[in-house]
Amino acid sequence: MSQILDDDQRIIEFDVRTDEMLVNMGPQHPSTHGVLRLVLRTDGEIVSEMEPHIGYLHRCAEKIGENLTARQWIPYTDRMDYLAAMNMNLGWSLAVEKLLRYQVSEKAKHLRVLIVELNRIASHLVGMGAYGLDLGTFSPFLYAFREREKILDLFEEVCGARLTYSYITVGGMTADLPPGWLQRCEAFLDQFEPIIQEYHALLTTNAIFVKRTAKIGVLSPEMAIDYGCTGPVLRGSGVDIDLRRDGESIYTAMYDGYAFEVAVMKNGHYPRDHEYPAVPRDAILGDCWHRFFVRMLEVVQSMDLIRQSIDRYSQCKGALGEPLKLAEKLPAGDTYLETECPKGQMGFYLVTDGTSIPWRVRARSSSFSNLAVSPELCRGCLIADVPAIVGSLDVVMGEIDR
Amino acid sequence: MAEFLIETIGLPIWLAWTCIAGLSAVLILNVIAGGALVFIWAERKIAARIQDRLGPTRTGGRFGWLQSLADGIKLLAKEDLMPDGADALLFRLAPYVSFCASFCAFIALPFAFDTVGQRLNVGVFFVVAVLGLEVFGVILAGYASASKWSLFGAMREAAQVVSYEVPLGMCVVVPVMLAGSMDLVTIGEKQAGWATNWFIFHDPFTFIIFWVYCTCAIASVNRAPFDLAEAESELVAGFHTEYSGLRWSFFFMAEYGSMFLVSALAAILFLGGWNGPIPVSELLGLSDGVSATDPFALRIVGCMNLFLKATAGVLLMMWIRWTLPRLRIDQVMTTCLKYCTPIAAAMFLGVMLWQLFLPGGLVAGSFRAAAGVREGWLEQSYRKESADEESLSVKTLSRHVFEVSR
Repeated sequence: MSQILDDDQRIIEFDVRTDEMLVNMGPQHPSTHGVLRLVLRTDGEIVSEMEPHIGYLHRCAEKIGENLTARQWIPYTDRMDYLAAMNMNLGWSLAVEKLLRYQVSEKAKHLRVLIVELNRIASHLVGMGAYGLDLGTFSPFLYAFREREKILDLFEEVCGARLTYSYITVGGMTADLPPGWLQRCEAFLDQFEPIIQEYHALLTTNAIFVKRTAKIGVLSPEMAIDYGCTGPVLRGSGVDIDLRRDGESIYTAMYDGYAFEVAVMKNGHYPRDHEYPAVPRDAILGDCWHRFFVRMLEVVQSMDLIRQSIDRYSQCKGALGEPLKLAEKLPAGDTYLETECPKGQMGFYLVTDGTSIPWRVRARSSSFSNLAVSPELCRGCLIADVPAIVGSLDVVMGEIDR
Repeated sequence: MAEFLIETIGLPIWLAWTCIAGLSAVLILNVIAGGALVFIWAERKIAARIQDRLGPTRTGGRFGWLQSLADGIKLLAKEDLMPDGADALLFRLAPYVSFCASFCAFIALPFAFDTVGQRLNVGVFFVVAVLGLEVFGVILAGYASASKWSLFGAMREAAQVVSYEVPLGMCVVVPVMLAGSMDLVTIGEKQAGWATNWFIFHDPFTFIIFWVYCTCAIASVNRAPFDLAEAESELVAGFHTEYSGLRWSFFFMAEYGSMFLVSALAAILFLGGWNGPIPVSELLGLSDGVSATDPFALRIVGCMNLFLKATAGVLLMMWIRWTLPRLRIDQVMTTCLKYCTPIAAAMFLGVMLWQLFLPGGLVAGSFRAAAGVREGWLEQSYRKESADEESLSVKTLSRHVFEVSR
């Protein structure tokens, strides 16, 4: 007997049971965000079981890391979450710096915050736009990419690359900002801020969008924690964890003195430091709409952080500091560090034996854990809800397969 | 025309009629196929503008106006693929079924008072029925493709289109009731004169039912937000997943043909058809509103009017498509069965009562009733008559409705 939840979360059972059909969604499918393969067991339009199959993008990145020095592996971190390569660079660099007990200069810290938060906006823009695409509306995707292009232009000025930056590196950054960059960044923020209302109009508050996302794929806080979900997926379920505030000291030191409120629903409402659309009546905590909304809030939050970091960076005197040597010797030992990436908590683990090449490298990716919960969310949903649920988890295959 | 050939040139009767039929068919086919090409180009440009892009700019010089033709050539040159497990006959047949259904409906569609392929006394019925056949092509395609995604698309289409036929039929019946005829030409002629004579402004019920018609029309031609049969983010490409080249383009042409058809139908049924908002020709004394005496120029103006209105409808559909997300199948069915059908039924009843007590439309009818002109008294006498009757059967009611409207 198949089950489906109706509008009031009651279970409707169908007496008529038809033949089940096994459908392959992906790896070549327009809405699986890369090369994800979902095997659906369907009873008519109802998905009775869903199983993600991964591994189509596996590039042995961790093994490669065991043959390269710490700084040489930076470009490989770019290709993990390629939509937020700066955050990946930062995660690995901080992990190595933690092992080395190395402190970057104050100026470099603020620059890192600036760059990383800018990349968070870019990543969330893709997540938001692609989510619209999953739900069958094309225009918000291009509106999101239009703004993302401007961020990529800024990154191109900084490091020459538009996708795989390798800009943040062990011990600092590969280069300082070019002249006039901060003004262009501020100009972008001023221009971008009103556009967020456009996204709210087209998606967040759109009646059909709410109908498609509210009460769909409800993830309870307990289940989210059990499955190791992190990032906006966890916060969308109302769990108040953000490593930028709750993480290890080497990471939170970067955000010392920055004013920001974690984008999570507390006592029935989100932090109201900006004008946001109200939560629709149909939405319940942990559904696709809330996961999407948390991302939208984080875009605004990141803009605030960037503005603060621009001030701090320009007040900092002195040099940015040179990054460490390409073949810096790593002391024997092991270390693990998680950082708050746009998709969730990205952890890097490395074991060293005293040479400049790590003995073991391991990455803990947020998308992997976030995707793992999707079979639970998709049980009993309709086929049309599968892209809606998987899209709301905002996974990147490069990070899952590594 | 056929009489002209028989009398002046002396052709045998059968040959003359065949020639004229062929000529009409070629004319309609080319006008609509050409129109579909223009709409495909327009959709690209409009989508591009909505999305901050430029769209095609180079093909054919400026504005990329030859883009559809270039696409057509590309599609002709593409390999004609058929999946291994496909039912070859049905797979080949399906695009033509859809295409023929979509284009056949134009036979009965008048472009101006007498510019019509074949004037049918059941024109509305014919158009809606033939348009409904389009779904067969889609179901065949989905079934014959031997692809699960295609099957999903076909089943969705079957459920959706068949359901939306119900409210669509109810919406279409309202102008039929007001005009007292199923002949599209008659329906159009009833709306001659000022824009207040258009059936959409006849009374509040028709105004509402026009929007119900719009919703149902979009759903029955599978446009966003009701494009579930080819939902690209869920079903890859739905029923035409396995189609390529020219076969695929036949589905494409059918879609744009149907879009234009339902828009033109909306224009004729609700928006005055080929009559402009201001009766310029009658004011200038060029016409007395009777089709037989109209000169050739008026026919052209009539066609222009209809094309403008229908194009506005198509553009509206494009605008909606590039703005809204897609509904889910259960929400589509809810929209139909829970909202569209009851609203359409209630409005149908409302129009019926309005027609009984205030015939002749909102503005015109009230004026007449206030002035106590002949129609108003006539209507009152009918009411008295009907009040005298002990039981008012549906049959007599409908007879009154038709008589009064005449």
